Amino acid sequence: MFNLHYRLERKTIGFLLAIIGVASIGGAVEIIPLFTIHQTVEDAPNMRVYTPLEIAGRNIYIREGCYACHSQMIRTLRDEVERYGPYSLAVESKYDHPMLWGSKRTGPDLARMGNKYSDEWHVRHLNNPRDVVPESVMPHYSWLGRTELRSEDLGRHMAALRRVGVPYTDDMIANARSDTYGQAAPDTPFAEGVTKRYGAATNIRAFDGKPGNLTELDALVAYLQILGKLTDAAHKPVAAAGG
Amino acid sequence: MKDILRWSLNLLASRSRRVLLAMIAQLTRYERQLALFILLALSICGLAMAVAGTGDALGVHGAIVLLAAIAGTFWVISGYYEPEPSDDRLDRYFDDPSRLGIILAMVWVVAGLFVGDWIAWQLAYPDLTFDAAWSSFGRLRPVHTSGVIFGFGGNALIATSFYVLQRTTRARLPDQLSPWFVLLGYNLFCVIAATGYLMGVTQSKEYAEPEWYADIWLVIVWVTYFIIYLRTLVRRKEPHIYVSNWYYMAFILVVAILHIVNNLAIPVSLGHAKSYSAFSGVQDAMTQWWYGHNAVAFFLTAGFLGMMYYYLPVRAGRPIFSYRLSIISFWGITFMYMWAGSHHLHYTALPQWVQTLGMTFSIMLLVPSWASAGNALLTLNGAWHKVRDDAVLRFMMVAAVFYGLVTFEGSFMAIRAVNSLSHYTDWTVGHVHAGALGWVAMITFGAIYASVPWLWKRERMYSARLVEVHFWLALAGTVIYVFAMWNSGIIQGLMWRTYNESGTLAYSFVESLVAMRPYYIARAIGGLLFLIGALVACYNIWMTIRTADQPADQRLGDHPVPALAGGTAPQPAE
Repeated sequence: MFNLHYRLERKTIGFLLAIIGVASIGGAVEIIPLFTIHQTVEDAPNMRVYTPLEIAGRNIYIREGCYACHSQMIRTLRDEVERYGPYSLAVESKYDHPMLWGSKRTGPDLARMGNKYSDEWHVRHLNNPRDVVPESVMPHYSWLGRTELRSEDLGRHMAALRRVGVPYTDDMIANARSDTYGQAAPDTPFAEGVTKRYGAATNIRAFDGKPGNLTELDALVAYLQILGKLTDAAHKPVAAAGG
Repeated sequence: MKDILRWSLNLLASRSRRVLLAMIAQLTRYERQLALFILLALSICGLAMAVAGTGDALGVHGAIVLLAAIAGTFWVISGYYEPEPSDDRLDRYFDDPSRLGIILAMVWVVAGLFVGDWIAWQLAYPDLTFDAAWSSFGRLRPVHTSGVIFGFGGNALIATSFYVLQRTTRARLPDQLSPWFVLLGYNLFCVIAATGYLMGVTQSKEYAEPEWYADIWLVIVWVTYFIIYLRTLVRRKEPHIYVSNWYYMAFILVVAILHIVNNLAIPVSLGHAKSYSAFSGVQDAMTQWWYGHNAVAFFLTAGFLGMMYYYLPVRAGRPIFSYRLSIISFWGITFMYMWAGSHHLHYTALPQWVQTLGMTFSIMLLVPSWASAGNALLTLNGAWHKVRDDAVLRFMMVAAVFYGLVTFEGSFMAIRAVNSLSHYTDWTVGHVHAGALGWVAMITFGAIYASVPWLWKRERMYSARLVEVHFWLALAGTVIYVFAMWNSGIIQGLMWRTYNESGTLAYSFVESLVAMRPYYIARAIGGLLFLIGALVACYNIWMTIRTADQPADQRLGDHPVPALAGGTAPQPAE
């Protein structure tokens, strides 16, 4: 074996090919089957996609690096299920490009944050976390409520998401801008379109408490309020694995 | 004090002009033309980005690229009519990119450590953010991680790899332009990455945060880096490829594979910085941590092992203890690390069989890892008196010790049951920093202190005492940091899973957060010591460089084998 190596280390190209070959095996064996084995991701026929306002909120969550301190992955451990709720299923992040499972909990897990607190709590908390949790070390995001949401290009975001596999319809993409506005403006004609395209259970509220102006705070709160709510698969007694 | 500062700045200004012109003077006429062509292409790209990305962060980055390219163009034009380099340059190694690489590494380490320590203090005093969006923990954290890993680590790897590659092959780098392209292009990538995070441009993939256009640019730079390596290796005058180069090659090749696969994404448009990952959910998690763990393996381990295998034996004046151990550890690391990423996803929605594979290979990894650490430490047999007297060698020795400790800790934490406690806690942060500070930074500082006198043709560092001061600051900082994070991580993990007699969870999340505070302060103090140490190093390096040029006192045999002479010299080891 060492004689073989003695010869190999005299050959530049041979050595390079050996490195590529040896290093490729592990990833290939562990990643490729995740795309081909159907049981990897459970079936959840009723799962909905993110609305444009929620996508915008998710992008703010990513932009601000929230994932650095908050996970979105409840592990299959008793204390985690009792603290945060049913453990996370693979299907729940099926439309997450990329996933935000996280790796660190400087703050608590957020996988089941949706509808756990009121919009008003989130608004006050984001404005200054220490107003509602005196011991918190989270930065404040008071400027989100002062920043108008950039919504004119959300249709293009949805088109890009469709290209990587999220089933947005032409109708959803074409109405992205009015749906963004409508979700934060109840009792307007735009709001009805949101319900029609994304389902009656969609949250339609002035998330930041100020109807009329669409801010980044609206988007982020809308996103936080949908976390864990795209499907109820995790709440069923035995999550049905697709077969 | 003020006078010294002014004098230093003046010296810097006059020197840097001289140095900048000298850099162009090394290029042949053809290389100068090629450089202008590359800069022209780059300015067109920058202009296109600036126009297409108006109103988006992409536009700001386009402006940065354009400005960098225009500055570069002026620079090349200003030296365009300098006389061409003479052919006797081919009798010397080409070390100027290594010199600048080391300086840039020191700039990045100070910036990266400063930001890291700042956000460490933010966890104890959360309002240290000036009420600005860019200064919050979430945006600054990747500035810290990329600053130290890619800015400091990457520049140190590029600088030392060029140095080591030439000495161990006895061949000069293939040309004068491509090493500059790699070094400066790589730093442009780092600047785009860091400024992007401040503006909120991130893919949210840890350690792969830069967006699609920065990723494409890095691929171009990286392929050039690989071609330099290849072209030098095929022209080598040594029959065997030395072990350092195995590691540097694995570092270059595998990082390219990881980078390309994990960053596959569709941009919203050519005028948007934002892109959406090709992968989602569980497949994305596996791909990300296959990348993330192997960024540790091939960037922060393989590259720096390449560094260690050259600088430690040379500084100690002893050959590598065992050729066979280096073979076993090299192929073990190259093969097994690629399976280990899934240990980041224990008890998650990732299928259990993948978790189990990741755990198994992580435990087996202890064998090649300790083979490397043991090989390094046993190389010091017969030179331990030098370890006692020479802080430079002691940096490298301590790095090898930390490498052994951290790889043991890593294998241990990959065990599913241990991971149930350690995951999501500060224990992971402590583990990473034991590796990053104790292993990566220590071996790099050792290599830099060894290289600076060699590269600038000085007899020794300006002050051995200051190296000693830096050593103890770095060691104390690391130990304080790691002990603080062990404590906080384990307390956190235990508090989260503690039940009271009535069978309910004993502590709220906030109670566990309050318990962290003293450790967060201790950690920030440890980081501060490490930062002060790096500042001491900068001063020492600066003073070494500015001491009067001594007559070219080259190390014996420190030149390439002339193309016609042929003949072989003995291998540095074995």
